[in-house]
Amino acid sequence: MHFHPDRGFQHKAASEITPRDVYERRRELLKLIAVGGGSMALAAWAARDAQAQTARPNKLAALPATRSTIAGGVTMDKLTPYNDVISYNNFYEFGTGKGDPVQNAGKLKTRPWTVAVEGAVKKPKVYDLDELLKLAPMEERIYRLRCVEGWSMVIPWVGYSLSELIKRVEPTGNAKFVEFTTLADDKQMPYLGSHVLDWPYVEGLRLDEAMNPLTLMAFGLYGEVLPNQNGAPLRIAVPWKYGFKSGKSIVKIRFTEKQPNTSWNLAAAQEYGFYSNVNPKVDHPRWSQATERRIGEDGVFAKKRPTLMFNGYEPQVGQLYAGMNLVKNY
Amino acid sequence: MPASRSPWLHPAAKPLLFVVCALPFAWLLYGAFADTLGPNPAEALIRGTGDWTLRFLCLTLAITPLRVMTKQPALARFRRMLGLYAFFYAVLHFLSYGWLDMGFDLDAIVRDIPKRPFALVGFLALLLMAPLAATSFNRAIKALGAKRWQWLHKLVYAVVLLGLLHFFWMRASKNNLAEVFVYAVVIALLLGWRIVHALGRKKAG
Repeated sequence: MHFHPDRGFQHKAASEITPRDVYERRRELLKLIAVGGGSMALAAWAARDAQAQTARPNKLAALPATRSTIAGGVTMDKLTPYNDVISYNNFYEFGTGKGDPVQNAGKLKTRPWTVAVEGAVKKPKVYDLDELLKLAPMEERIYRLRCVEGWSMVIPWVGYSLSELIKRVEPTGNAKFVEFTTLADDKQMPYLGSHVLDWPYVEGLRLDEAMNPLTLMAFGLYGEVLPNQNGAPLRIAVPWKYGFKSGKSIVKIRFTEKQPNTSWNLAAAQEYGFYSNVNPKVDHPRWSQATERRIGEDGVFAKKRPTLMFNGYEPQVGQLYAGMNLVKNY
Repeated sequence: MPASRSPWLHPAAKPLLFVVCALPFAWLLYGAFADTLGPNPAEALIRGTGDWTLRFLCLTLAITPLRVMTKQPALARFRRMLGLYAFFYAVLHFLSYGWLDMGFDLDAIVRDIPKRPFALVGFLALLLMAPLAATSFNRAIKALGAKRWQWLHKLVYAVVLLGLLHFFWMRASKNNLAEVFVYAVVIALLLGWRIVHALGRKKAG
């Protein structure tokens, strides 16, 4: 196994980050001051925080947000180009090829949309999408996404911590796990008949994992609502776990006492464990997880980059697994 | 039938086939440099060369049934080139894995292959192809003797079955076997024809 020191994975405290556009405008600012437009330019400089969101591709409806200030919420890695983020997807309800979802997800109707929050909670409720959109302030989180297949992306998500919703439904003492269920409607999803998995797609987290501020309810990316193939209208994003742990197009969130039976764990338990934390030291049975290929950034002949423990989020989530055998609990 | 009537004997047939067989390679190479292979070009190269290896193996194995069924003995003259192209794409497949996946880290490759059954099977198929490619010229046939040469070249059956297993194992975990199934059917037909044909000849003999 090849380990390298941190290469391209450093986090900074969010407060230290100067947004790129602001950084690039410094030169412009100096010029403006020099020609006497200084006061106006200084006003714009002071307002820089309000403009912190990544530039929009102008393809879908805007979803404004402010840059997250939570620890680990904004990585410094270069963003994966929008077109790669929306055209290289695993969403088997729309086909098993990476290019299938972008071709086939057009039929998905994302409004009206409700999410049933139920199980071991004091305040179960069926939420309407509009209610969820207003439930907490939208933040931009720039997360690394590591797929179990050995590739990764850097995606500017828009959403808020799942804990915001969890706090509102008040889990009872019996709630130990959270189960997420993806929509399964064969009228909108052409590949439900393919028997690749037993639909609907179910994923789950331990309650403390779900409560970690990094666990995101994502409603958008690149400053706009989610494209269908990326899990519209809302999905989960858990940056320290392999991508398949993050359910897409969520219709049900259930709090349970027992560990949920998750789709990939049922399909191939020896390959896809319940935890599925990104771990360079625990290989997939058929390939090493020590390295990864960054989509869109590394050229075709570039060396793969080393994968970091918990996808680089160890400072934020390492304590969740203190004392656990991560080889057994993969 | 006089040989001259067969279009397969046209002097341009072989050079033409040579160029056609090189087109997938040219296309992949162009794609790698023009960045038209999609968001994950390395994966597209590895998969593309693997797909073409299997396809050329099937084409090579299709020559004999086609030759017999269409009564066109001249088709046999293309078999060697198709087989060599299968080896060519297999070598490219291995090189693209070694380069793009493993960064030519020989230590890592040596550790990686035995760890993963599907990689091991693929590598074994490549190893078995090497003696076939190495003995693909006329003097090798003479040197080995036609009988022994033919026996050696029956290894192609093992190669194609290992190649299919390699592809099957690669896809099996995700139950994404539609493509594997297509190759399995084609290979079953090609090998099945040989069994039926051999049994028929035994009876007739």
